[in-house]
Amino acid sequence: MDALVNKRIKRVMKGDQDAFAEIVELYQHQLFQICYRMLGNRHEAEDIAQEAFTRAYVNIHTFDQNRKFSTWLYRIATNLCIDRIRKKKPDYHLDAEVRGTEGLNMYSKIANEEELPEEELMRMEVQERVQYEISRLPDKYRAAIVLKYIEELPLAEISEILDLPLGTVKTRIHRGREALRKQLSNL
Amino acid sequence: MNACPEKVIRMMDDYLDGEISPSEEKELKESLENCSDCRKIYQELTRTIAFVQSASHVQAPPDFVQKTMAGLPKESQRVGVKRFMRHHPLMIAAALFVLLMSAAMMSSFSDDQQFAFTKQENLVVEGETVVVPAGQTVVGDITIRNGDLRVDGELEGDVTIVNGQYMASSGVIDGEIEEIDQVFEWLWYTIKGTFNDAVSFFDSNEQPIGE
Repeated sequence: MDALVNKRIKRVMKGDQDAFAEIVELYQHQLFQICYRMLGNRHEAEDIAQEAFTRAYVNIHTFDQNRKFSTWLYRIATNLCIDRIRKKKPDYHLDAEVRGTEGLNMYSKIANEEELPEEELMRMEVQERVQYEISRLPDKYRAAIVLKYIEELPLAEISEILDLPLGTVKTRIHRGREALRKQLSNL
Repeated sequence: MNACPEKVIRMMDDYLDGEISPSEEKELKESLENCSDCRKIYQELTRTIAFVQSASHVQAPPDFVQKTMAGLPKESQRVGVKRFMRHHPLMIAAALFVLLMSAAMMSSFSDDQQFAFTKQENLVVEGETVVVPAGQTVVGDITIRNGDLRVDGELEGDVTIVNGQYMASSGVIDGEIEEIDQVFEWLWYTIKGTFNDAVSFFDSNEQPIGE
């Protein structure tokens, strides 16, 4: 598969747009999935996934062909998602930890503008609820959790995508998992 | 966060990451059997993971590829030029070289409007005309810029006249005469000169080897 992708990329580098269409075809669902889980909204996910493909196309000559293309592509997409999430936030100090919560800061508090009341949560379908809880995670935990449990990528690859040391990736997955456990304990 | 020892939590994390040693795995199992709180956390964690993984896989909208391709920037000419430059650095270097060289030659042609000539013995100047006086012999090549040449005596050598003319006269020239009037010819002349210099440079280099 990698050899196949690399052949396409070589053609794209020579200016062949059709070859790029095949690449989009190949990765569209995975990339859309990452964006959707990160942003919790189909419309925005489509927007960002498209933007990620466009950036990949424009900057294709910076891609190192000795590496995995999907890693590079996912990296572009997660960065765009994180940017988008942060832009939506008001500008008080977001990194401040919320009192009485461990590892949770203002990001998580306002991930969704208003927290839904208990009864509302109980009425949600399981999948809807899971997506809601994922979108309440702080963005840095969210990216790690999505890549680990939804894309099911190995830790080493996640560390490359997020440009973080392996240990940091593990910590984020642990914290994200723990936060989700608490959030979902009443399900 | 709870009463369970941190070590058990850490082992749980390692276990869930698939990175636990067999001995610790055994230890973890024992802890889970003995402590209901630990067991509860463990069960909740595995349940959470299952929930997250079960979140049905969403698909990109059907027209996603088409929309994405339509949104790509059209290959502008600038991009094309940039890519060309990236892929053909030698070509660009050569083109630049030719451009700069010809610019230099052109400017030396047009800026150099002053009358000038190669000094040789016995040459006489009348206004902007170089004269080989009657009854005299001049030995050596002569190059004249922006001036004319009149030979009344004898000249043993080649003559090059740029922007000027050789006025036929009674003298004798024992060599070639070349008149250059146009920019193109001036260019050609300069290039030829450079080439000849280069060749003679190589020739003179080769001679010692041949001996």
